[in-house]
Amino acid sequence: MTLADELGSVCPVRDAGADDAVDGVLPQVVARPASTEETSALLRACSGRGLAVVVRGNGSKLSWGSPPERVDVVLETGAMDALVEHSRGDLVATAGAGMPLARLQQQVGEAGHQLVVDDLAAGSTLGGLVATNLAGPRRMWVGAPRDLVLGMRLVRADGTVAKAGGKVVKNVAGYDLSKLLTGSFGTLAVVTEVTVRLHPVPPASHWVGGAVPSDRLPGVLAALVASQLVPHAVEVHATPGADPSVVALVSGTEAGAAARAEALRAELGPGASVEAAPPAWWGHLPGRRDGLDTDGLDAAGAAASPPARTVLLKTTSRLSGIPALVEVATAHGATVTGSAGTGVLWAALPARTPQEVADAVDAVRRTSVDLGGSTVVLEAGPQARSAVDTWGPVPAVDLMRRVKDEFDPTRILAPGRFVGGL
Amino acid sequence: MTDDTGRGTVRQVLEDLGDVIPASRLLTDPAELATYECDGLAAYRVTPGLVVLADDAGELTAAVRACARHRVPFVARGSGTGLSGGALPHADGVLVVTSRLRTLHAIRAADQRAVVDPGVINLQVSKAANPQGYYFAPDPSSQQICSIGGNVAENSGGAHCLKYGFTANHVLALDVVLPTGEEVTLGTEAPDAPGYDLVGAFVGSEGTLGVATRAVVRLVRLPQEVRTVLAGFRSTDQAGAATSAIIAAGIIPAAIEIMDALAIEAAEKAVSAGYPAGAGAVLVVELDGAADEVEHEYAEVERICRDAGTFELRVATDAADRAEIWKGRKSAFAAVGRISPDYIVQDGVVPRTALPEVLRRMGEISAERGVRVANVFHAGDGNLHPLVLFDASEEGATERAEEVSGMILDLCISSGGSITGEHGVGSDKARYMPRMFTDDDLDTMQLVRCAFDPDGIANPGKIYPTPRLCGERPRVVQGAHPLQQAGLAEVF
Repeated sequence: MTLADELGSVCPVRDAGADDAVDGVLPQVVARPASTEETSALLRACSGRGLAVVVRGNGSKLSWGSPPERVDVVLETGAMDALVEHSRGDLVATAGAGMPLARLQQQVGEAGHQLVVDDLAAGSTLGGLVATNLAGPRRMWVGAPRDLVLGMRLVRADGTVAKAGGKVVKNVAGYDLSKLLTGSFGTLAVVTEVTVRLHPVPPASHWVGGAVPSDRLPGVLAALVASQLVPHAVEVHATPGADPSVVALVSGTEAGAAARAEALRAELGPGASVEAAPPAWWGHLPGRRDGLDTDGLDAAGAAASPPARTVLLKTTSRLSGIPALVEVATAHGATVTGSAGTGVLWAALPARTPQEVADAVDAVRRTSVDLGGSTVVLEAGPQARSAVDTWGPVPAVDLMRRVKDEFDPTRILAPGRFVGGL
Repeated sequence: MTDDTGRGTVRQVLEDLGDVIPASRLLTDPAELATYECDGLAAYRVTPGLVVLADDAGELTAAVRACARHRVPFVARGSGTGLSGGALPHADGVLVVTSRLRTLHAIRAADQRAVVDPGVINLQVSKAANPQGYYFAPDPSSQQICSIGGNVAENSGGAHCLKYGFTANHVLALDVVLPTGEEVTLGTEAPDAPGYDLVGAFVGSEGTLGVATRAVVRLVRLPQEVRTVLAGFRSTDQAGAATSAIIAAGIIPAAIEIMDALAIEAAEKAVSAGYPAGAGAVLVVELDGAADEVEHEYAEVERICRDAGTFELRVATDAADRAEIWKGRKSAFAAVGRISPDYIVQDGVVPRTALPEVLRRMGEISAERGVRVANVFHAGDGNLHPLVLFDASEEGATERAEEVSGMILDLCISSGGSITGEHGVGSDKARYMPRMFTDDDLDTMQLVRCAFDPDGIANPGKIYPTPRLCGERPRVVQGAHPLQQAGLAEVF
């Protein structure tokens, strides 16, 4: 009896193919539970057999972090993709973890609502956003998923089903497990359903900014983040050897947003313009759209040598440190995009030798840590990965290990994928 | 010496601390201990075995370590303003008071951060940041006296959290002494520290996961314009309809508050707030942000209020007028003392759309039981603060009031809401937790407890009706050099 047959009584299960590898690690089967109950039965079966489980939404961020030590079962959330509830008067929605963000936005958008999360990875599911706490430019406005998730249904490694939080925006009853699970990379429990806070879609949006000489960057960013004109995002984009771009998003009423955009433009100086659409780099991870193909091909289609993937970093600092962080990253060949308004940047290093990558990561990390932040290597090819410390220093990692031990004592949920080899 | 539960005694803790903390700040005299027997919820009183008035983070840590070493329960207390008995002492335990740790280490406007001790008063952070154009957004009604440490423990909200969120949205990093005696730093000054969001888990844990010894919090830019509207309505239904219409128009005000007739009467008697005579409800809407947006939103709100039937509308555009409008609202709890000798302050949450139905049911319960209920609520987020009025000298009145108070919570749960929006579970509502959560839900929360506090000595008996027993595991603090041992755990 094959594993697919054994688990097949619980939910649809198929044998895994090469495309199902998780950052190079091949699973045996792919299971597709259609409900929290099926997920519970599946996990009970897996924990009884000691099978390692990695959750997959659309797979857009599955290679982020360390590769798992082992994978037996890929648990697809795609069959749990329903909009369970959209309470229009409450600006709250509940959907299955497998709900694609784009579809959720379209469905709640019919009521003029949105989940204010920018899908940097393109194609994310709600569960994937939550697992990675993915947030883009507009986190300056309302925060990251951790700030927008009100509650969730989760299944523990042993199959126990639990609810965290609730369906109201204000609730302090018990521990906020939703925050603990958000950004936990599927290592604590399997999230099957998520309740989120929605916001109204503003009637008008304008993007203000342009190229800024490097020596003016600190002043321009300081003025934008301190502005009382309430930009909903302040983004910086920089490539090696060119002046960085700074663009702010101003949203609101038709008349109000236009006037504020104009006022900000005047503050920014002669090179700035007001646009009706964001620049091409806005709201995307750097690399793919900047001539650095993930297959190790440069923009002209020439193979880089040795063949390697673009290395993607997430690097953070205090607000006043962003110009220095941008400078260090670009000096090491990185293309940088990110939220200068909150201190979270994404940097793509071109495919180079593992040693060059390691040097660049080291330099960026030292700068970010000195500036109150951190640097994590999200994506890297196997060679580069082995040359770098993926997570860097992690405050309280021993305590995190104890949390993992409590939730998943036999380590079947994405073992090895998260900080400290959890 | 330990008893058969493995717990040591307060005396052992006292002996350990004698070398570290002056005797004048180790209180054991019954008269002195009595000062600390309750927090803001005075219905519950327990005399602690020992009170430690820590002067700095080192003393705070030493106190918790001594408790960890002897497995003696401890309860942390800030300003003692909590309304759920979260800082209710343990009779055989230590009350660790953080209110003397009042250093405001830094206001860094350019980074939008403040670094503060746990005993720093909420309002002091804003006052210190105001000259640079910033403030600390969470504003519980007690903000003139409540401490940041308490805000962290309770995940405090306030009238303005509809737009700006709760304490959990404004804390980036915490230095914490764990119930094991370890010192850890959770989070970083920048967002998205690598690893689990332990700051998110810690904020709102009501002192059951450890004690914060320092916090890095977010500062928010002062708005360009603030406009506060007071609208009188004939009924709470009308005020509620106006609230729904404001939200439906895509406006997120900084605050939307409703007071009903009884609450208005109390506020008028107490502070002469000048609320419209004969109003069945007043609605307070505060708009803030960029001036032109506020102007536009104000026009919308005014139109909506008139459509909903307001008979008097007043607008405050300066700080003095605004304070006048808020005076009645902020004094409402205490003001109820003017119309009733005793009262229970309840705190529950319902989905905003369920407000009319829940208010109607509450009115019915009040009439059926002959118990008056005044209502003050954060209408924007469905957070109700019913004030259940009674006279304890009347036979059976206290029991009737408590019954009505409990029925209101049941109403919140059955409407899909919560048993607490901002006051916390504490001692008061632990028994209601099983009505809102299943055993498995509660057991899952206890996993976090066991990771942080395997011996169950941090604020035991709060939040959870039946704490899970954590598995046997090696204790972290032991041997002759706990300082070095725990210190090493944080060396990278």
